[in-house]
Amino acid sequence: MQHQEYQKYYVPAQSVWPIVGAVALFLIAVGAGNFVIETTRGESGYGDNILAVGIVVLLVMLFGWFRDQINESMSGLYSDQLGRSYRQGMSWFIFSEVMFFAAFFGALFYARVIALPWLSGESNNAMTNEVLWPGFEAMWPLIETPGGVSTTAMSWSGLPTINTVILLISSVTLHFAHVGLEQGKRKQLTAMLGITILLGCGFLFLQVEEYVHAYRDLGLTLQSGIYGNTFFLLTGFHGMHVTLGTIILMVLFLRVLKGHFTHDNHFAFQAGSWYWHFVDVVWVMLYVFVYVL
Amino acid sequence: MSKATDIVSPDHAAADHDDHHDHHIPKGLMRWVLTTNHKDIGTLYLWFAFIMFLTGGAMAMVIRAELFQPGLQIVDPNFFNQMTTVHGLIMVFGAVMPAFTGLANWLVPMMIGAPDMALPRMNNWSFWILPFAFSILLASLFLEGGGPAFGWTFYAPLSTTYSGDSTALFVFSVHIMGISSIMGAINVIVTIFNMRAPGMTWMKMPLFVWTWLITAFLLIAVMPVLAGAVTMVLTDKFFGTSFFDAAGGGDPVMFQHIFWFFGHPEVYIMILPAFGIISQIVPTFARKPLFGYASMVYATASIALLSFIVWAHHMFTTGMPVAAEMFFMFATMLISVPTGVKVFNWVATMWRGSMTFEIPMMFALAFIVLFTIGGLSGLMLAITPVDFQYHDTYFVVAHFHYVLVTGAVFSIMAAVYYWLPKWTGRMFDITLAKWHFWCSLISVNLLFFPMHFVGLAGMPRRIPDYALQFADFNKWISIGGFAFGLSQLIFLWVMIKACRKQGEPVSSQVWEGAEGLEWEIPSPAPYHSFETPPVVK
Repeated sequence: MQHQEYQKYYVPAQSVWPIVGAVALFLIAVGAGNFVIETTRGESGYGDNILAVGIVVLLVMLFGWFRDQINESMSGLYSDQLGRSYRQGMSWFIFSEVMFFAAFFGALFYARVIALPWLSGESNNAMTNEVLWPGFEAMWPLIETPGGVSTTAMSWSGLPTINTVILLISSVTLHFAHVGLEQGKRKQLTAMLGITILLGCGFLFLQVEEYVHAYRDLGLTLQSGIYGNTFFLLTGFHGMHVTLGTIILMVLFLRVLKGHFTHDNHFAFQAGSWYWHFVDVVWVMLYVFVYVL
Repeated sequence: MSKATDIVSPDHAAADHDDHHDHHIPKGLMRWVLTTNHKDIGTLYLWFAFIMFLTGGAMAMVIRAELFQPGLQIVDPNFFNQMTTVHGLIMVFGAVMPAFTGLANWLVPMMIGAPDMALPRMNNWSFWILPFAFSILLASLFLEGGGPAFGWTFYAPLSTTYSGDSTALFVFSVHIMGISSIMGAINVIVTIFNMRAPGMTWMKMPLFVWTWLITAFLLIAVMPVLAGAVTMVLTDKFFGTSFFDAAGGGDPVMFQHIFWFFGHPEVYIMILPAFGIISQIVPTFARKPLFGYASMVYATASIALLSFIVWAHHMFTTGMPVAAEMFFMFATMLISVPTGVKVFNWVATMWRGSMTFEIPMMFALAFIVLFTIGGLSGLMLAITPVDFQYHDTYFVVAHFHYVLVTGAVFSIMAAVYYWLPKWTGRMFDITLAKWHFWCSLISVNLLFFPMHFVGLAGMPRRIPDYALQFADFNKWISIGGFAFGLSQLIFLWVMIKACRKQGEPVSSQVWEGAEGLEWEIPSPAPYHSFETPPVVK
């Protein structure tokens, strides 16, 4: 025990990217805040410009940070211990994302199970209904709000079902890409990863179609009461995550073409793949609770 | 526990380093801006927290000045509301949480035998987000219409229908604070999971490490929920959604559910590391191993799990079925069991110990007594029928200031005095520190104890004026407040002297009874504590 050799700790060197990232988030927060204020007031200001600069700085930071990281990894600087740290860190990050979606799912369940029945007089709220919202009846999807805004429900058949199939297939193809990587079958890896990216893009395209359909044909908008609110925020945040996931997969694809990753050293691939599977699972939840039920 | 931490062969001299992270420390401002060193980042966190503590404290002084006598005299009510709001936000997110993160940065790697945090660059990012986030929040005070004035809990519709435009800036600054907290927590958790020295098994870990591990889990679980809550506030206020508006099928009470689902674990985020600190300090100065180490670990975990099912005790008066009120009342009371285990264990550790009363121990003892007072008033508040009387009165203010000021803040001061000689290599000015302790102890009780009485008599929170019968107590509360604020300047003085390396050099153990890996490396601790893992027997 005493003379056992332990792998030396690897401590990464200083880097300029974290502070660049902090400045980027500062610009994004200031820009977004002012942009929101200016838009609602109908004024023109600098909010959108600051926001744009912030996003550009963030992209530069991400590019630079990942470039350094990839170079360090490719030159064999990293230890197994660091690899474990990255994997664990990514898992906890995904857990935090789960909790973010949980807040919106929580809002959905609360509205359906508690808020709407109470507004229609259940439990001890008969007077709430009679005095404040006379004639209101709870229903889901809520196509007529207590305040009198009406809308149309999004059907679960059609686009949402197609999109479910697309994402489920993409999870499978990504899994086979991973298997190909682990078994050294680079062709399978490239092909399957490419298909996954195409499926991701297809999903996003159909999602945009669905939004256009909702706004143009169904009158289902962000302002259509709690149904529209939860619908657009849940699917919207999910769509943002699919977009990010697709970009991650594209970067992985370029790295695969450059010959990066080996069968036992491919943290970035694993992280990207975990992220994609996570996004798929969220979609399945969405499909069940937002569309079908 | 006591025998757990003998180092067998941490042969620093023989360790071959990579040349890019050797012992030469970069100089000047860029050292701090670019640093990836856990000690530098810990120092940054701690100083940031202290500056925020003084800033939030200055706001408390404005509040107490206004409340010195009945009637409106110094500030207008809207500004008063901004002060209570931003005081709360700054103290929670800017002072207490960063101070604990700073302590975790400094101590966790040293305590588990690691050279640094697991993800040092992300560590730098998490810190440097904070000054930017808080400058946005503070700058919003100077906007037209003023800063956030809806209380730190930003209940809808106060924060949606009735708030100013600066709400957008509030929302985005909370977003980036949350990003910072989540990254910091991921870093702590991964460090503890993955960087422990060989032989540092789970049940040998110092309790500060255990409590921070569980705290980090809570942070990752609930900060995203806060992000969701502020996002819904943003869309409700600016984009026409109606999450918290009954006209659209939402519910303002839903806001409170989502907020307190975050908010209650948040309360434990601010106290679990304090439990860890006290569990480190008491055994040292009682010269006995901690009584019931394993039960301390299980109690911490139980408190954390229970913290997810008690949130609605903040909302007894806002509308819930009786069955739910009963559930949340009993679940809340259940928390007093593991908390009681902790207090019992601290007392049992001291029982028949060879006690001495150095500064950290004085703060720790004050913590145990005064935190228990805060815990007992918490039990009173947990009883649903009587909470109808206490709700939104100064009794609540007294309760949470006892647990947060004489609890969390006193534990942070205890920790700073306990580990400061390890950080600087020199003993701080003990005479000044004693002044700091006694002035703080007396003034803090003058400040918060009478709040129980005015609260029970019905004085409401968050109101700049009050009925005449509360005048005498409020005068004394304000005097206590000013005295407590001034006492912290002594603390500032002690810290400045310590950072200027004044004082007698100390040994590596510093305190006679101190045990643990951090006391076996030299004082001041080397830039990278452990180049190769020490072996813990």
